Amino acid sequence: MAGDFNRVASCKATEWAKILRLDMRGLRIALFGLLLFLTIFILAAFSDIFAPYDPWNRFEPFLAPCREHILGTNDLGNDILSELIYGSRVSLIVGFGAALMATLIGTLIGLFAGYFRGLMDETLMGITDVFLMIPQIPLIIILAAFLRPSFWLVALIMGALWWTSTARVVRSKAMQIRETSFIECSRSLGFSHMHIIFSDILPNILHVIMPKFLLTIASAMISEASISFLGLGDPTMKSWGMMINFAFTRGGFINGYWWWYLPPGLCITLSVLSLVLMGFSLEEREEETMRIE
Amino acid sequence: MSMRHDINAPILQVVGLSVRFETPLGLVHAADDVAFDIYEMETLALVGETGCGKSVVASAIMQLLPGNAVVEGKALFSKMDLLKLEEKEISRVRGNEISIIFQNPSLSLNPIIEVGEQIAEPLQVHRKMARRESHQVAKGFLSRLGLGERSLMRMYPFQFSGGMNQRVMIATSMILSPKIIIADEPTKGLDRALARDVTSEIEKIMDLTGASLLLITHDISLAAMISDRIAVMYCGEIVEMGKCKDVLREPLHPYTCALLDCLPERGFKPIAGASPSMIDPPQGCKFHPRCPYKTQECMQKQRIRKIDGDERQVRCWQY
Repeated sequence: MAGDFNRVASCKATEWAKILRLDMRGLRIALFGLLLFLTIFILAAFSDIFAPYDPWNRFEPFLAPCREHILGTNDLGNDILSELIYGSRVSLIVGFGAALMATLIGTLIGLFAGYFRGLMDETLMGITDVFLMIPQIPLIIILAAFLRPSFWLVALIMGALWWTSTARVVRSKAMQIRETSFIECSRSLGFSHMHIIFSDILPNILHVIMPKFLLTIASAMISEASISFLGLGDPTMKSWGMMINFAFTRGGFINGYWWWYLPPGLCITLSVLSLVLMGFSLEEREEETMRIE
Repeated sequence: MSMRHDINAPILQVVGLSVRFETPLGLVHAADDVAFDIYEMETLALVGETGCGKSVVASAIMQLLPGNAVVEGKALFSKMDLLKLEEKEISRVRGNEISIIFQNPSLSLNPIIEVGEQIAEPLQVHRKMARRESHQVAKGFLSRLGLGERSLMRMYPFQFSGGMNQRVMIATSMILSPKIIIADEPTKGLDRALARDVTSEIEKIMDLTGASLLLITHDISLAAMISDRIAVMYCGEIVEMGKCKDVLREPLHPYTCALLDCLPERGFKPIAGASPSMIDPPQGCKFHPRCPYKTQECMQKQRIRKIDGDERQVRCWQY
């Protein structure tokens, strides 16, 4: 019986692998990443259910892990586990917001530059080069220092700066696809440029944009953490980077309170890992197909 | 097919069409002083060897050439000069009034869009038809071409054979019932039986919709089968034009004769010499370096001789 079940299960897995065009290793990696990501996502979406306390509630400060507070409390007496669970929200929102914006801008600019070529291409790619030159983290630090720090602002700035590599990749792909004969065919049927760009070329590039999007989320999350760690984040929001920052400035590191600074670090690592695993398996599939072609 | 063209005015009139490409190696004269008329419900075949500029003529009429092309001349279609139209106006003509069936159907279909959607797309774009309705029409067209099953509409081009894709292409370009259809090597890469199938599909639909056909091919036997008139191209020029039967029965231009001698049933005789460079074409008659009857005159000038009114013309000094 058990053998039968196993065979059926592995059969199902092969089928899935076929549908997603992944090899078994790729499928396992992608599934692992997806599970990890879903866990974090569910924690963020239903924080109030999973967190044992309100993260702003104050108990006795500097408690070591005990039965009531699994990860102890911080200098203000907030429950660290609750902070950790609520902190996933900020990290995910910043990551997603920045990546969504960056991918959108990058895709649009890349599509127009690659499809129209000529002057449009020169102008858009010139702008891209200018944006590539801007040192990003220092700029974010300066802006965050002068403007009122808020995590919306951080997401907005990162989104406005990080579209450059997406734009380059999309442009080269669009240039490649615009020369294919099905695009010529679309032109000969009298479809407008916009129609061709968005319903003929874009669907053919989505498979390149998706892994790029996932990896952008990951790097946005890391940057958010580093900016918060530098103390330039939003002090009123509890994010993982902010927790590490507080642990650093309020004596958590010196006193060896590992339950304060280790869990948020691990959380950042795990969520980035989950995204990178998914992104890599998609990218690897892409390379595989290229090799076959 | 009927021979109504002697009473009607031509629906497409190409006059003095020249296309040159600016390349790093120099100017490529891809088409030179090409002129022909297409009448209602007739089939004109543009025949010539690979690289003689047949496809360039078709693309020029539709303004589909790349940016480095310099186009001169006129293409008159319902009182408009197609070569001078703005992008917006020519878009309305493309697909709607004149459409192209490309060679290599499997590459000419979007690989990630369902076949049914691709056939229905022109209706949605040009006629603003609702999705569902357009799919109904598309389905009707496909079943007329022998692909009637419902599930076929949801398939992707890679699941189809070359012949099936060719029929999809035909359906896509005919769905708006254009007045002129340009078939660019429709049978290239298909085996003999399939080519015959596709040809009869095209003929059937032409009869049904009453469109005219500009058939671009290197396959003389295909041209002989379905065309009313035939124009032979060599090195960017039309060297001979006339009724299909006349041209094939008694070819006048030495190139046409030589081309016909290449056919297997006429003994497979190759034409001596190589095709001339289009960057630096020969002076005078472009065929003279390979022509067995060349004279002093041929090397300097050209002459177009018209026989039987405008019915038959040939670019040669012999006549």
